[in-house]
Amino acid sequence: MTAQIQYADVEVGTELPSGSFPVTRATLVRYAGASGDFNPIHWNEKFAKEVGLPDVIAHGMFTMAEAIRVVTDWVGDPGAVVEYGVRFTKPVAVPNDERGAVIEVSAKVAVKLDDNRVRVDLTAMSADQKVLGMSRAVVQLG
Amino acid sequence: MALDQSFVGRSYPPTDPYEVGREKIREFAVAVGDANPVYTDPDAAKAFGHMDVIAPPTFVFAITFTAASQVIEDPQLGLDYSRVVHGDQKFAYTRPVRAGDRLSVTSTIEAVKSMAGNDIIDIRGEVHDETGEHVVTAWTKLVSRAPEEA
Repeated sequence: MTAQIQYADVEVGTELPSGSFPVTRATLVRYAGASGDFNPIHWNEKFAKEVGLPDVIAHGMFTMAEAIRVVTDWVGDPGAVVEYGVRFTKPVAVPNDERGAVIEVSAKVAVKLDDNRVRVDLTAMSADQKVLGMSRAVVQLG
Repeated sequence: MALDQSFVGRSYPPTDPYEVGREKIREFAVAVGDANPVYTDPDAAKAFGHMDVIAPPTFVFAITFTAASQVIEDPQLGLDYSRVVHGDQKFAYTRPVRAGDRLSVTSTIEAVKSMAGNDIIDIRGEVHDETGEHVVTAWTKLVSRAPEEA
């Protein structure tokens, strides 16, 4: 369980390299297949609008998967993630064009815990709205 | 419709084992656009001390949510799934999920609440491997939205 980031080298407030994750309709179809979540709100615009959504929306779990990449890219070993939780605050609407939507993720070290662990707080934005709340990961460092 | 409080604490039988395959992990990693070799290359995974390729942190949700469907579809509970949205999600890992794991999930209803006409249910899924060792716990909060006023 070697982590490339050393506990001694980080401080409260240390920022992780941010990430920018594009999502198109094709991304959602692929994610539906890989995850087994075929809810039509993620691929059928007519259905999504009938249930009161502005457009097809990304799977919340897709957004959650993208956000943690900022942490796993930082530590190298995804096995260093000890805890990870989010609240789904706003849906990511994905228009039917080549550009789709973009999920912007930033993160910083919020707390230095015992046993060389840190709590990282994440912020995920799309179209100027916060799409995840209470987004936190506990990470084992070296 | 308020849900029955007596369901709090109810556990459902462990699911039949789900066998985690290398190619399923690869498919998931590609779908989330993550090129970390630890998900696809056993040697890269071994360099970090893992026995085989590991799965991205949220991969296990597909398994725990399938298990949670026992709860969601329990006719005695009476949750209106057509109005359900995912509220919160959390995972606590003893170790990462890896290829070759045979995982079984035990789901428990942790809380049932009604707020402003919305039904809220918290489900905990304990994931164990075939030797009985704990791998990860998943907490899923589901909100069944109140019907709009006519």
